[in-house]
Amino acid sequence: MSTLFTALPAAAGALTDAGQTSTAEAVLFWTLGPLMVLAALGLLLARKAVHAALAVIFIMISLAFMYVAQGAEFLGVVQVVVYTGAVMMLFLFVLMLVGVDRSDSLVETIRGQRWVGVLAGLGLGVVLAGVVGRATYGPPVGLVDANAPSNPEAVAYLIFGRHVLAMEVVGALLVTAALGALVLTHRGRLTAKVGQRERAERRLRDGGHPVSLPAPGVYARHNAMDVPALLPDGSPLDSSVPRVLRVRGQEADAREYAARIDRVLAGGWAVGAGTFTSDDEYRGGPGGAVAGGVVMRDPAAGPDAPVDGTDAPTHDEEDGR
Amino acid sequence: MSGLATVLGALPTAVGDGAVAPVTADFSQDVFWVWLVKAVAIIVFLLTSVLIAIWFERRVVARMQVRPGPNVHGPLGLLQSLADAMKLLVKEDVTVKAADKFVYILAPMIAVLCSLLVFAVIPFGPEVSIFGVVTPLQLTDFSVAVLYILACAAVGVYGIVLGGWSSNSTYPLLGGVRSTAQVISYELAMGLSLVSVFIMAGSMSTSQIVDSQTQVWWFLPLLPAFVIYLISMVGETNRLPFDLPEAEGELVGGYTTEYSSMKFAWFFLAEYINMLNVSAVATTLFFGGWRAPWPISAINDGMFNTGWWPVLWFVAKVWMFMFLFVWIRGSVLRFRYDQFMKIGWKVLIPAALGWVVCVTLVQGARQLWDVDLRTLLFVLAGVVAVGLVASFLVPERTPEPEPEPTGPQEIDPFAHGYPVPPLPGQVLPPSPRAQRRLAATDPGDPSGPETPLEVRGG
Repeated sequence: MSTLFTALPAAAGALTDAGQTSTAEAVLFWTLGPLMVLAALGLLLARKAVHAALAVIFIMISLAFMYVAQGAEFLGVVQVVVYTGAVMMLFLFVLMLVGVDRSDSLVETIRGQRWVGVLAGLGLGVVLAGVVGRATYGPPVGLVDANAPSNPEAVAYLIFGRHVLAMEVVGALLVTAALGALVLTHRGRLTAKVGQRERAERRLRDGGHPVSLPAPGVYARHNAMDVPALLPDGSPLDSSVPRVLRVRGQEADAREYAARIDRVLAGGWAVGAGTFTSDDEYRGGPGGAVAGGVVMRDPAAGPDAPVDGTDAPTHDEEDGR
Repeated sequence: MSGLATVLGALPTAVGDGAVAPVTADFSQDVFWVWLVKAVAIIVFLLTSVLIAIWFERRVVARMQVRPGPNVHGPLGLLQSLADAMKLLVKEDVTVKAADKFVYILAPMIAVLCSLLVFAVIPFGPEVSIFGVVTPLQLTDFSVAVLYILACAAVGVYGIVLGGWSSNSTYPLLGGVRSTAQVISYELAMGLSLVSVFIMAGSMSTSQIVDSQTQVWWFLPLLPAFVIYLISMVGETNRLPFDLPEAEGELVGGYTTEYSSMKFAWFFLAEYINMLNVSAVATTLFFGGWRAPWPISAINDGMFNTGWWPVLWFVAKVWMFMFLFVWIRGSVLRFRYDQFMKIGWKVLIPAALGWVVCVTLVQGARQLWDVDLRTLLFVLAGVVAVGLVASFLVPERTPEPEPEPTGPQEIDPFAHGYPVPPLPGQVLPPSPRAQRRLAATDPGDPSGPETPLEVRGG
């Protein structure tokens, strides 16, 4: 590929005095030309809007190659920067929101629209053929003269010299269009804007939580939204469970999980391994706790209340270390 | 891959003849195999640099966070990124079933291809002799080389955008949309900051810009443009604090979420090559390119600015910018999306525009009255200093206390013949029905309805 790319322009010569292009440029044209026609057909026939946009991008970049091959390197590169890089990107921005699975519907919404379209297309073709066929070209000056002293400078002389009025008018038109869009979409505010800062201040004034709510309890063997976090004294913190779960009554009992950790810390992990809190031998039956099972603390007894039966550290003390 | 760039560079030489006048580098000696050697060298340089950059970033960030970083594979953990690359190579290549397969595969290719193109116009050094052929250490150069870099960057973003769209999944799509908006806004600021360099250097060819920095590197006289470029280059490469297209806290992995194995590795590669690209552009346009820093450049009549030495300075400067990237990542938090957009549109672009106007005025004055640049700069620095001192003398304006809001005022909405909504702080009188109900329930209470119809919020 690289060989082709480098050898191709090297063999190319300048535009001859007779106005003929070189062989290399002809090869470039006849390679890119059919591909561009295929891409243009793809634009018409593609079912998905993004595929059509891709075809347009391909044509734009190929056109840039052609411009550069004809000595208009500034035009070629600026075409990619402005049209491919900005305008087409904005198009894609809107098209992308349509989604991958959607494709254009081919149902005719306006009766006879298709035939009108075909007729108008044919008419445009006839006009174009007439104009292009009858056009006459002046004698070629040669690219050296056209591009003197360099391509960007020559373009600059044309734009800001001979065609400066047209440029300014187009610029004014574009600015007007942008301002018009701004004015049309502008909405006057009745009240002051309520931003993040104002909302935070109002929340504090109303006595709300200053920062985000505490995260739900996360334990080594059960990591879930429905388990409340525990306060330092071991009591569950209701606001740490999402409100929806609380309303539905799907909140888990924090003491089960706290107790399980206590049991693990006490060395009873081997008994309960692979069991669930719903298992009876794990929780202990109505007759009391089984050996090595759950060691429950009474949350009402306060943080300093001894854990009955063991001296093992509680999970709270573990956390506090 | 750099062949494309070669064409762009070589086409005008071959076809347009005189079109390459404002390019300093002389490529007339180049033959086919010299191009090939240079292109291969650039690819090898980029790929190895990426491997080192990943290791470098992880080590430096680790040092900043007081932990060792990768230190197991190879000396100092140097082979870690090689191991990671191998892992990515042999992982299962998952193609999402609901994806648009053609675009899904095309997207990472676009990203990598475009990132590889930029280095073709970056000058590594002045003319050297390669196997008897005297040639500049640069693959190609032409009169719009820097615009070509911008074009490659612009097309490269299609990789991210299309990758996000074709995955047919919400988070990648959000990442792709964010990336579109981000790149359009930051490319404007970046392009505008580069314009001032074009004006001062009088050219858009990279070799000519390096040549114009013989006396002074542009980052000093064009400091505002340099700062704007630094900010927008971080935004352009999707790096922290601007990595919103792949913000893992919000979008899982952004546009890379549905990519795995080699296809993910290509995106990864493109991101790191892009870091090298923008660093190299910053070096070339603002930091003197391959020129040696001042005390060294004076040694032995500029000996270190000739031959192969400049490659060393160039690579060192590029890695200085790479360190800057890592430093920023290690110290700055991610922006919120609206703040990020606000900085781009309301700060960077107006500042860049204003700066371009200033530079144009200065350059115009230089050409009109034939003033020496150094004199002009000193005069301008004096003016700025005087302005700064004067700004300290101006007393600071204290904001006027806001008037206390008075209670809600009842208005007659039909005062002027047709109904008008209440303004902030005004309430409507209770409706006739509410008045009747009020009169029925509590005839003695003259106050309005329980909930006054005051306008709240925006």
